[in-house]
Amino acid sequence: MSNSPPDFLVHDAGDAVGVVVVEGITAGQSLEGWVMDSDQTLTMAVNEAIPLGHKFALKDLKDGDSVIKYGEDIGRTVADIPQGNHVHVHNLKTSKW
Amino acid sequence: MSDLQFLGYRRENGRVGIRNHVVILPLDDLSNAACEAVANNIKGTLALPHHYGRLQFGEDLELHFRTLIGTGANPNVAAVVVIGIEPAWTARVVDGIAQTGKPVQGFAIEQHGDIDTIATASRVAKDFLQTASELSREKCPISDLWVSHKCGESDTTSGMGANPTVGNFIDKTDAMGVTNCFGETSEITGAEHLCRERAATKEIGDKWFATWQAYMDEVIEPNKTSDLSDSQPTKGNIEGGLTTIEEKAMGNLMKIGKKARYIDVLTPAETPEKGPGLYFMDTSSAAAECVTLQAAGGFAVHIFPTGQGNIIGNPIEPVIKVTANPRTVRTMGEHVDLDVSGLLRREMNLDQAGDALIDMVIRTCNGRLTAAEALGHREFVMTKLYRSA
Repeated sequence: MSNSPPDFLVHDAGDAVGVVVVEGITAGQSLEGWVMDSDQTLTMAVNEAIPLGHKFALKDLKDGDSVIKYGEDIGRTVADIPQGNHVHVHNLKTSKW
Repeated sequence: MSDLQFLGYRRENGRVGIRNHVVILPLDDLSNAACEAVANNIKGTLALPHHYGRLQFGEDLELHFRTLIGTGANPNVAAVVVIGIEPAWTARVVDGIAQTGKPVQGFAIEQHGDIDTIATASRVAKDFLQTASELSREKCPISDLWVSHKCGESDTTSGMGANPTVGNFIDKTDAMGVTNCFGETSEITGAEHLCRERAATKEIGDKWFATWQAYMDEVIEPNKTSDLSDSQPTKGNIEGGLTTIEEKAMGNLMKIGKKARYIDVLTPAETPEKGPGLYFMDTSSAAAECVTLQAAGGFAVHIFPTGQGNIIGNPIEPVIKVTANPRTVRTMGEHVDLDVSGLLRREMNLDQAGDALIDMVIRTCNGRLTAAEALGHREFVMTKLYRSA
């Protein structure tokens, strides 16, 4: 396969978050992404440094929204999250316990 | 690929092992010292010290026996010396292992003391070891293979790379007649609706759901904290980018692939009896506890996908580590048996990763030592259901 390595991956086309798969991503950087299930590519800038394996918002999210990843509900936001911001334990919580 | 073969040790009961251990097995915590002394006397035998076996009762005691008997009965074990403080429970473990037809002998310490027991048991262990050393591997069809699966120190790369690789392995080998097993009851929370649908029949799915619900009601609900005290997800999971149990569960379930359907739900350490296929075993999600239970269920080789780099091994069941995290490959490479980080760079596809895993499993079965074996990881951890009497 001759595709250039992506900076972030998205499981499903409808997901609200992408996952950074390279190290050293800094605030303001424009990233190349790959949507695995639809084999599409996209470009998006991040507003913060995002460590390898961490998520960022692919669209603006409101406080209390369900966050979709793998096409499934993985929890609820506890703050507004603008597109390109880091999504993690500070602004996303489980709905289970 | 269903004509794949591996070189294994065919045991008296027809099961096939990939290692040839002579185990010195303590019935209880008190007998660890004698077992370790025997293993020190007879080089090449393997003592399995553990913490329990006294004043247990009810289902907790039954699980203790099932785990010890299953460990001795595992086809990776050629012969077993059992040592216990008293003869009655020692005999129960010996009799259970003897059902397989393999050489097994028990010794009780009471009325003999450690020193005489160690001397007598050492002579038997030496005979067992020399007999086992003359056994040879034979070609076996891959359908003779029992493979268990559990992931650990997962991160988001687990759900994107390592776990889907295992899923590809299970989809392919399920069709070849391999017996596969997954577990981790608590860690499917958030994907329980999807796991229930992956059963072969509605009845089996209902049985799975009842098992999951019982764990939630009996263990999680009475003891939970707002975040499960950073245990689900773990600190390592969070460092690796996993935020919630639902996200972790979705990644976890990637391990069972897309096509295979589980055909039964096993209690902890229970041996599958419905023939080849995919099984679920009710286990903790703690790595050593889960793998110990699966080994006791009779599984011969374990596949362990990891993100942040769990380093677990098991004394009798080789544990193969798979990771897609490029940082883990760089910083902890000595623990990694198969690097599938190329999936994240689009240098390989899942089909290629799954084939690479099948190849690594066959090589491991044929005798290649896993990273965990070479590094001496022998985590043997009994699951305890409640306090002793």
